[in-house]
Amino acid sequence: MTTTLTAEPVASLRETPLTALHRASGARLVAFAGYAMPVHYDGTGIVAEHLACRTSAALFDVSHMGQAWVTGAGAAAFLETCLTADILGLAPGRQRYALLTNANGGIEDDLMVGCLAPDRFLLVVNAARKHADFARLAAARPPGISVQPVPYRALLALQGPWASLILPEAAHLRFMDVAEIAVGGARCVISRSGYTGEDGFEIGCDASAAEPLARQILARTLPDGGHVTLAGLGARDTLRLEAGLCLYGADIGPDTDPAMAGLSFAVGKRRRRDGGFPGAAIIAHALAGRPARRRVGLRPEGRAPVRAGAAIHDEAGQVVGTITSGGFGPSVNGPVAMGYVPSELAAPGTALGLDLRGRLVPARVCALPFVPHRYVA
Amino acid sequence: MTETRYTRDHEWVRLEDGVATIGITAHAATQLGDIVFVELPEPGREVAANAACAVVESVKAASDIFAPMTGRIAEVNQAVVADPAIIGQAAMTDGWLFRLTVSDASEFHALMEKSAYDAMLEAA
Repeated sequence: MTTTLTAEPVASLRETPLTALHRASGARLVAFAGYAMPVHYDGTGIVAEHLACRTSAALFDVSHMGQAWVTGAGAAAFLETCLTADILGLAPGRQRYALLTNANGGIEDDLMVGCLAPDRFLLVVNAARKHADFARLAAARPPGISVQPVPYRALLALQGPWASLILPEAAHLRFMDVAEIAVGGARCVISRSGYTGEDGFEIGCDASAAEPLARQILARTLPDGGHVTLAGLGARDTLRLEAGLCLYGADIGPDTDPAMAGLSFAVGKRRRRDGGFPGAAIIAHALAGRPARRRVGLRPEGRAPVRAGAAIHDEAGQVVGTITSGGFGPSVNGPVAMGYVPSELAAPGTALGLDLRGRLVPARVCALPFVPHRYVA
Repeated sequence: MTETRYTRDHEWVRLEDGVATIGITAHAATQLGDIVFVELPEPGREVAANAACAVVESVKAASDIFAPMTGRIAEVNQAVVADPAIIGQAAMTDGWLFRLTVSDASEFHALMEKSAYDAMLEAA
């Protein structure tokens, strides 16, 4: 048996404020973006952790992600010079999904921007991109604006239909609200958001407060008498794939634009018209027309997972694209995948073939998400 | 008592009357996590020692299974095809993958004894 996974981390990996809790909880730690992160926990496993998030509540450590404060008079206008989202129109207490773009209209990262006060924004970016992102922002920053990464902060994601029962302190938040809220004495920045397709919260706090906070959440009781399930990056990946959400570096990157990626919602209406961010003209043009290629969902026939890198064939047998994310969806109870195909092959129901170890597995284009989003209003 | 031997690729082999039964070790099953798909060879197929001949897929990864000895596929375990979770529950028993009518039984003695396999796990 050979597998590409490394089960044990090398000594040089960074730890998060919750690594000791993970070890004590039977986590299988793997290398991810330079960190030793739980892929799953021995007592549960990816499928059980995934299903707990869909039916109950699950807690993920996502402290490896990058957090930075952008502050100062004119911070919103500055952020608009780098990001696609309408930041000037972002009210205090609200959060928005945004893209950091390059001059070619490609995506350098996808991120969340939370407005805590008119001149005070919290950015949450992908772990593997944080150094590049923050360097890019710092280089573009005018005098008077501060870009302050906070590498020693923790970030927890509490996700699932029972998340708000576990965290009544934040139950008043609406989807994509963000606020500073104390939980058991810990000062937190909490947003009602996540990356699983379920209702839930992302909770930022100081490193020293993280483990007591996590233990407190894990000690609270669910309506069925049970407790929140600790979940690893394995379940996080299957959840976001079923939710049709992009993984940076796999489904989107410097060579994909927001139009082909199906992320037009991340480019504000005013921003499309007025531009002012890198690659704005190219992106506006792409959004106004029909992209040559599009990101689609794919359901392979049978039970075999078809993973990233697999070639997509049309009915004539020609290679027309590549799978960018693929695997087994525990809630779908079958294989699911995403990839890019020519727009004329992007309609739901289109029959395609996926190369699985040299043979073609029949697959159909299917509307995303695979599992409906269940965010609160 | 029938002896079980092991490979470096975390497979176990039991040889009885010229027929080898092959599966993945409990250690391998634990490492893989939830197993969701198994692809087994066609009975009758001739396989060479160390040739990839089956695939076990967990949620997180696909793993090739190699023929530990040369021979012909005699039987495959349809139960694990129907319910791959059996491998996680009973990797060393009910979770067997396939049986091989071996060409050269002496190949068995080149495989690792349990003590050597356990030592390999310890050293990893």
